[in-house]
Amino acid sequence: MAATAPPAQTVAAPPGPASCGTGDLTTRVLGLIAAVTGALTAYLGLVFTPRDAVQGQLVRLIYVHPAAATTCYVGFGLCAVASVAYLWPRTRHRRWDRLAAASGEVGVLFCIVTLITGSIWGRASWGVWWTWDARLTLTALLCAVFIGYLAVRRTTGDPDVRAKRSAVFALLCIPIVPIDHEATTWWTTLHQGNTLFRSNPSIHGSQLVTMLLSFVAFGFGFAWLMVHRYRVEVLEDRYDQEGFAVAIAERRAEGSG
Amino acid sequence: MWRDAAVVGGKDIRIEIQSRVATMQVAPYAVLVLLLFGFAFDQNHTLLTQAAPGLFWVAVLLCTLLAVQRSYAIEAADGARDGLRLSGLDPAGIFLGKAAAVTAQLLALEVILGVGIVVLFGTSLHDPVLLLASAGAATIGLAASGTVYGMIASGLRVRETLLPLLILPVVAPVLLAATQCWMVALGTSQTDGWKWMSLLGAFGAIYVALGILTFSTLVEET
Repeated sequence: MAATAPPAQTVAAPPGPASCGTGDLTTRVLGLIAAVTGALTAYLGLVFTPRDAVQGQLVRLIYVHPAAATTCYVGFGLCAVASVAYLWPRTRHRRWDRLAAASGEVGVLFCIVTLITGSIWGRASWGVWWTWDARLTLTALLCAVFIGYLAVRRTTGDPDVRAKRSAVFALLCIPIVPIDHEATTWWTTLHQGNTLFRSNPSIHGSQLVTMLLSFVAFGFGFAWLMVHRYRVEVLEDRYDQEGFAVAIAERRAEGSG
Repeated sequence: MWRDAAVVGGKDIRIEIQSRVATMQVAPYAVLVLLLFGFAFDQNHTLLTQAAPGLFWVAVLLCTLLAVQRSYAIEAADGARDGLRLSGLDPAGIFLGKAAAVTAQLLALEVILGVGIVVLFGTSLHDPVLLLASAGAATIGLAASGTVYGMIASGLRVRETLLPLLILPVVAPVLLAATQCWMVALGTSQTDGWKWMSLLGAFGAIYVALGILTFSTLVEET
């Protein structure tokens, strides 16, 4: 009986070093704008703008804390939108899962920044690092829930199953975001109400300009992180797909050498 | 859907009755938690009486984790989950059945814990209607949310550590509202308990609806 030749194995070539990074012109431009606007915000916030009549120097936290909180909401909102797009059969594509992963993780980062800056502000103005206020408690819960989301994302197994599981979980978490945002309106809380997003903003002049600039700086910082994090997801997918092939190629090279 | 829910719920309850895990392990664990609270507060009777509603619901939360883990563990062996998936039962019915079985177990545990806080912490009853209504609504909310997140964690190697991380932050509103209701019902607070009762009702309704809507995706994919 004639021996049949083994089927030819298709082994992908190892990824080249040039394609392993996450930076390019887009990220450099985003990073530069974020750095410049961030530095300008710091200068205006710390040097140029006046101290507040009531809060004194503490008012300068307004150039960090609200922008971080808003960026956190944007991250979680984007995570929810990407999760819906992944679950919807017509739009299902790996890019939505990657976007959800990136925005969830960056959102948690900004949520932690929000909690830390809020705690510092609370210590100085209320005399305590933490109080069981509706806004504070809901923000802490939001952070804990999305840390759980990241834990679901880190589970091993079939990537598609993990993506669907994570998408469902994100949608179960997201109702906390609008409740947290409206907490100061719905409940009597120690936390001050919206400063900017209302018909008659309670901030003017150089303080208003600096606060708006802080939103721009955090926005570009968010975009910069998002692009990098998204590309890390792409590289991780590539590693999952090609890692085995690369290992085989290396063993063959060792054998032939 | 309702027939399938009755089939799945009846199956889970029969397994629990025959295995006696709930009665021989979870119930003693719940009582032990109450005893440990007593040690932790150094038998300060006034403090224990005031804190009894919160301690009761913390004990219920801990038991919820065990009940939910148990609810999925009984299907982990012998490909039982695949059997359930291939049985043709409506996923919404599976969700309702499993949530109903967890609800029934938690209600039985709450009776034991209720006797426990009366005996150990010396509480007295002021508003039985609010107490029973809030216990029912909170238990439905805990069971429904626990069943959804239990399904997300089921089949994973890290399910035992992941499940508390997923459930506990989400059910924090239930802990808050149920404690407030019971503080009024046990006479340690004079606030309007029925406001908190509406929060419990809304939480339970939202998670029952979310479970019905999402369970088909979770059953298919996990």
